[in-house]
This record gives sequence, structure tokens and C-alpha cells, in this order.
Amino acid sequence: MRAGEIRAAINSDQDIVTARQKGRALAIELGFSTGDGTLIATAISELARNIVSYARRGEITLKIVHASNRQGISIIASDSGPGIRDIHQAMRDGFSTSGSLGLGLPGVRRLMDEFEIASEPGRGTVVTVKKWKL
Amino acid sequence: MEVPILKQGEVLIATFQAALSDADLNLLRMGLVQQVVKFRSRAVIVDVTAMDVMDSFASRTLREIAHMIRLRGAETVIVGIQPEVAFAMVQLGLTLEGVATALDLEEGLAYLIQKFKNID
Repeated sequence: MRAGEIRAAINSDQDIVTARQKGRALAIELGFSTGDGTLIATAISELARNIVSYARRGEITLKIVHASNRQGISIIASDSGPGIRDIHQAMRDGFSTSGSLGLGLPGVRRLMDEFEIASEPGRGTVVTVKKWKL
Repeated sequence: MEVPILKQGEVLIATFQAALSDADLNLLRMGLVQQVVKFRSRAVIVDVTAMDVMDSFASRTLREIAHMIRLRGAETVIVGIQPEVAFAMVQLGLTLEGVATALDLEEGLAYLIQKFKNID
């Protein structure tokens, strides 16, 4: 089993594709179903897109995580962008400040098992999501 | 990455690849609408069988393509959305409202032939 973490720099729309491919590859390697691989790849795509749209650059880190007798994958999307002023508002379906669909964050939360967000205006945003293997 | 667009009579068939970037999707949107004009096509089939991720940007682009083509007076059918992709789309809250979908290329063509019959 591979150790450590996989990092993908997110600076362009092409990096979004690369990051989600890495995520799917790791998920399949860990024994996730192809369906879960798709959910993980889609979540990465949305998180990476938020980085490109709002912060221009940032990073996606993929980690293997363990808890009692289960294994999972953790995705950390971090940037030093403008941050989110009102997280509660950002977590509502339909909210967007960049003219996008505004479904990003609540949708990602539904795709994954665990969702955490920390953001500070002017400092950046870190979103951490996890998917556990059944 | 170039998306091949096939001309089959009055129908254009665009086959999406797995790893399309946002820029690729934007190019395709322009290219498809231009070709519909050029060939006076009556319909476009967008085959997404190979697409392994349909995120908010991709589904919005597909909707925009369908709406632009409708304004030209032609029809768009999206075919081949994979079951796990459909599942992820529903979880994300993405819909292709107002856009015709079909199981695969064959079903998509059959749908269009039926539709043309009713009009002609």
C-alpha cells in the first residue's frame, strides 16, 4: 500500500482534469468501487474548479486515512484566495458570487461522507472532505 | 483535446472524450453551433459515453449547447450518460432540464428519426 500523500497544484482548468484523474486512480487503487471513484473524481473537480474560479491558484492534496477498521480517502482543497465571507450562505444551494451554478459546496458535501470548511476573508479557504470505503 | 464531430445527413454527432478541460468544452460549444449553421443541420447528438465526470461546468455547457442549437431551430440529444455519472450528477444537484437524453447513439438516432417524421 502506498503511503504519504499526493499533491496536485491547481493553476488552470487543465489542472482540474489532472487532479480528478489522480483522485480516481487512488480511489480504485484503494479498492473503492467505480461508482465511488466517480463520486470522488466529481468532488475533486468541483473543489478544484472553485480554486480556479475564486482564488486562481491553490492545491489539492489526496491522503489515505484510517479509522478503527476502515479505510478512506481524504481530499484537501486549499488556497490563499479571497476566502468566503459567509460560509453558511455559501453552503446553501444556489448561492454563488462568480456567476457559476452555485451548487459547488453543498453538492460536494452530498457526494462525500464528511465535509469540513475553514475560511478567512483575505487569507484563503481550506475544504477537507472524506469518503470511507464500505 | 479535439472532439470529433461527424456529419451524418442532417445530424451532427459529437463524441466527447473522457478528459475534457473547460477550455475544450468552450471550444466545442462554439464549434458545434458553427457547424450546425454551416451544414444547416436539423439535430445534434452529443455522445458522452466516454465522459467519466460530469461536473457543474460540463453540465452547464451541455445545457448551453442545447439551448443555442434550439435557437437555431435544431434539436440536441445527449446520449450515453453512464449510470455512476448520473448518480453523481443527481447528488450534485445537476439537471439537464429541457434537454433531450437517450440511452445511447442508436436510441438517440431513433428518437430524432421519429421526431423528424412527425414534423415532415
